[in-house]
Amino acid sequence: MASLRTTSRLFAASRPLFRPAAFARSYATVEATQNVEPNPSENPKMKTFKVYRWNPDTPAEKPTMQSYQLDLNKTGPMMLDALIRIKNELDPTLTFRRSCREGICGSCAMNIDGVNTLACLCRIPTDEASESRIYPLPHTYVVKDLVPDLTLFYKQYKSIKPYLQRDTPTEDGLEYRQSPEDRKKLDGLYECILCACCSTSCPSYWWNSEEYLGPAILLQSYRWLADSRDERTAERKAALDNNMSVYRCHTILNCTRTCPKGLNPGRAIAETKKMLAA
Amino acid sequence: MFSQKVAQQSLRRLAVQQPNLVQSMVMRASPATMALGNVQKRHTSSNSEDPTQILAKQRLNRPVSPHLTIYKPQIGWIGSSLHRISGVALSGTLYLWATAYLASPALGWHLESASMVAAMGALPLAAKVFLKTTLALPFTYHAMNGVRHLTWDLGRGLTNSAIIKSGWTVVGLSVTSAIALAFL
Repeated sequence: MASLRTTSRLFAASRPLFRPAAFARSYATVEATQNVEPNPSENPKMKTFKVYRWNPDTPAEKPTMQSYQLDLNKTGPMMLDALIRIKNELDPTLTFRRSCREGICGSCAMNIDGVNTLACLCRIPTDEASESRIYPLPHTYVVKDLVPDLTLFYKQYKSIKPYLQRDTPTEDGLEYRQSPEDRKKLDGLYECILCACCSTSCPSYWWNSEEYLGPAILLQSYRWLADSRDERTAERKAALDNNMSVYRCHTILNCTRTCPKGLNPGRAIAETKKMLAA
Repeated sequence: MFSQKVAQQSLRRLAVQQPNLVQSMVMRASPATMALGNVQKRHTSSNSEDPTQILAKQRLNRPVSPHLTIYKPQIGWIGSSLHRISGVALSGTLYLWATAYLASPALGWHLESASMVAAMGALPLAAKVFLKTTLALPFTYHAMNGVRHLTWDLGRGLTNSAIIKSGWTVVGLSVTSAIALAFL
């Protein structure tokens, strides 16, 4: 590919392309630094990270826990920093999702030290003696290593019609307005980034994910039930009013405990149940 | 990567020295480089396969990530599972006992109150306390945690701190009241 790019540059000969080789800009390359610890620090704080590994290329092999050791003095403060460092310097085959590294994309959701959270918002425990264990989101199909298959989760999200449904236009033809009080009802709901931490922490969702919607989707569903501008509240309620969609929630409340954004899916579900009962 | 770099550098050097030669060479060479496989090939899936089945087939291979065994023990879900277990134990005991009581005349068992009192009275104190605690603890726990569930159903006490606090309160209250019941 690189040589093709060179040829296209040669064809576009209107610019003075052919500088002497000494000044020619080289393409960005990744320097091979794996397994080389640059400048080991004076008092290394070595911490062990045990990471769940499974490779789809060798599906017969059982998932294993692989240990990595990092010097915390040279690692960023967050679990995601550790994972990125493992991938960059120790083992490029380690696979995980990440994007924004600031808790707004929800890509790096995983189970860290037994609790579902976003790796980018989770501090590495500075206690070096204890090892950190990192698993993919619980009870999900593993695509590879820490990457879970969230197809069903997204399908369920789609099924609740997560958009404003309205037939009557406003009188002045401008945007649909709502009072500050009505807007306030959406606080704590609209911030959900659909990272699936809460749904995959829910034992009810573990056992009934095919039919039970799970906390994240129910919080999203309540976000539209609570919206004063939406005109399909009755239909939305009717869609939920069966014994699986909502009522598999047994108020275990792992969802509220684990939400990395500090939201309260448990309360949203309780409010949904109240709306359904009213 | 390295060999490509070298090739580019020598190409550039050649281009500086003899631009015409390079241009003609490159024009001739470019299909050849493509044939040599320098271009990423695009793999198209065979149309014979139903695309919706690909995911299903992959799923057959995919392991389910660990769940109950790796999740951190927290008062919320441990308490909830105990609520379920104590409920099943209590109702199961009730059904078993009631069935046995109904069937006892036919089977010749002596389950009437008088004989039960006599049987309990014959036990040593430690056994009495132990038996009564094992019966009382599921009952007190399930009843008190049930109240917790009722408040949740009203939409109250659903903050993280309230959940943890009420959970441990129920544990403490149910254990003390079960012991108190056992010594009655």
